[in-house]
Amino acid sequence: MNKPRTIIETRGLTKIYGMGDASVVALEGVSIHIEAGKLVAIMGPSGSGKSTLMNILGCLSTPTSGTYLLDGEDVGGLDKVQLAAIRNAKIGYVFQSYNLLPRTTALRNTMLPLIYDRTHKVPREKWEEKARGTLESVGLGDRLEHQPQELSGGQQQRVAIARALITDPVLIIADEPTGNLDSKSGEEIMRLLLSLHKRGRTIVIVTHDPIVAQYTERVIHLKDGRIDTVVHNGHNHSLPVEKEAVLGGTLSVRGQ
Amino acid sequence: MNPKEVLRISWEAIGKNKVRSLLTMLGIIIGVAAVIIMIAVSSGTEATIKDQITSLGSNLIFVADSFSRNGPQATSSGSGLVYSDATAISENIANVKGVVVEQGSTATVKFGKISLSDISVLGSTPDFLVVRDLTVASGSFYTEEQNTKKTKVAVLGSSLAEQLFGTDDPIGQSILVGSTRLTVIGVLAKKGTVGEVDYDARLYTPLSVVLKYFTPSMFSRFMGDRVRMIYVQIINPAEMSDTIQQINLLLLQRHKVTADTADFKITTQEDIITTQESTTAAFRNLLAWVAGVSLVVGGIGIMNIMLVSVTERTREIGLRQSVGATPGDVRWQFLSEALLLSVVGGVIGMVAGVGGAWLFGVLSSMRTVIVPSSILLAFCSAAAVGAFFGYYPANQAAQLDPIDALRHE
Repeated sequence: MNKPRTIIETRGLTKIYGMGDASVVALEGVSIHIEAGKLVAIMGPSGSGKSTLMNILGCLSTPTSGTYLLDGEDVGGLDKVQLAAIRNAKIGYVFQSYNLLPRTTALRNTMLPLIYDRTHKVPREKWEEKARGTLESVGLGDRLEHQPQELSGGQQQRVAIARALITDPVLIIADEPTGNLDSKSGEEIMRLLLSLHKRGRTIVIVTHDPIVAQYTERVIHLKDGRIDTVVHNGHNHSLPVEKEAVLGGTLSVRGQ
Repeated sequence: MNPKEVLRISWEAIGKNKVRSLLTMLGIIIGVAAVIIMIAVSSGTEATIKDQITSLGSNLIFVADSFSRNGPQATSSGSGLVYSDATAISENIANVKGVVVEQGSTATVKFGKISLSDISVLGSTPDFLVVRDLTVASGSFYTEEQNTKKTKVAVLGSSLAEQLFGTDDPIGQSILVGSTRLTVIGVLAKKGTVGEVDYDARLYTPLSVVLKYFTPSMFSRFMGDRVRMIYVQIINPAEMSDTIQQINLLLLQRHKVTADTADFKITTQEDIITTQESTTAAFRNLLAWVAGVSLVVGGIGIMNIMLVSVTERTREIGLRQSVGATPGDVRWQFLSEALLLSVVGGVIGMVAGVGGAWLFGVLSSMRTVIVPSSILLAFCSAAAVGAFFGYYPANQAAQLDPIDALRHE
């Protein structure tokens, strides 16, 4: 078997907000390495720097120092326009609050990233077909013309996942994807993410919920801007009891 | 980003807030309509004035006394324009068709039990009929002989005759004008109102009669047989400037003055129209600017709503940025929304303006002339206003940081 492709490679990521005495170090020397096809969780209490790390990994902001190679490309020196292009082509986001356009059909919401694709990977006349196919793959083939307010939270998050998938990105970043959902819908969303993982997607989930983290292969714990521990589920035999439950398939995701 | 896609997004955004969009557009609608209506009204006024000047008759030369302008102590050594000047012009210059001298007054006209006050009495010469393009319906107009002999005769406008005599024949009747009895010798055919003058409500009598009976005695003594204005109608308009030259020479000679000390001024209908046009053009420009101000106010309305919209849709902007929208894409989206608002408002305003100008013309006594270039001007101004006032909010949107925008509540 070939050595797997590296999707995320960071070395000494540091992010400092503000200047001089008022400066706050949000992230300090974070180096991580995530290969293609991995499902990784980033955990940590508020203020641990997990949002900052997620924003940098998602190319929404750039580190103060350190390097970040996304899919082998150094995104350090890119300007706003180039970063936008990277986000469009290589990254799919899933947000806690879905962030769907109101009064816009599931189909149109799913299509959104294609509008901003300057490389025209998918020609305009194929957009709808592509969006339909993607929505069907997340189990919403019968909700194409529904608007967000006509869909349940779980269904809205599925639309958001379809939107993240439509450009066929190398990395999916999910920020508390079950945070706004009841336990049943949350579990469905986690199952969907797991099935995407099984199909070879690289997924990073940012969460503070340990139960969500249990689904992943590796959990990166952040504390005060540094990596505290890295737990490899399935290789780590000191797993908590819930691990057995995951394997048994009876675990439920805690709702909020 | 595909321009079609930009337009589609803007159109949908406008459609999602129909009432708000309409209210926002209202400023532009009113502005564009106001520009079109204002220009239509002032152009109508302009056309009315032009008609009025033309209705004096065609191919006219006006010889005006400049006594009043310079005053008695002025450099003029001449005695001013007198009635015999008119006769001299008529007799000595070949290209002259008719010469008219006018002196107006007002008086109360009585016949039997009917008494009409403030009736305009116009004294003139027999050529008046030709120069003013009037016709006699019954009886006859006064003659040169009657003018010379100061015969107390009157010719009535059609509506005046009807008010005094109803269906009876006025010819030969004696009416009391002021304190003077005049014999009605003719009634004019209906001419209607041209400009401000109702030709049908006037009483026409020889100039000499007006000078003798209807001019205040002090004034008359001071003035002698001086006239304010001589209207000269010429036969061949191509020789207009030659004729003016001849009249000028004749009068200089008669008044024994030089060009520098001349006590009269010769103008043509064209001169007056040109002067009037420059006055009305200034008036029109003023109106257009006032209307333009309402367009600017409309533009500020658009800017206001666009700023609100950018704030409201901050998360949407963040989302669009996270899926790959560049600052330029975001700027275009909001700019095109502002442009679309102003252009759609402009189109509605154009329809409202043309309709309004037409309706205004129909319902009021003022004439309106819809000027096609004003429609274009108003529309282009609306688009320019949209672009100008849309740019700032669009730029605000473009400069949002995606992380902050996504976190916005």
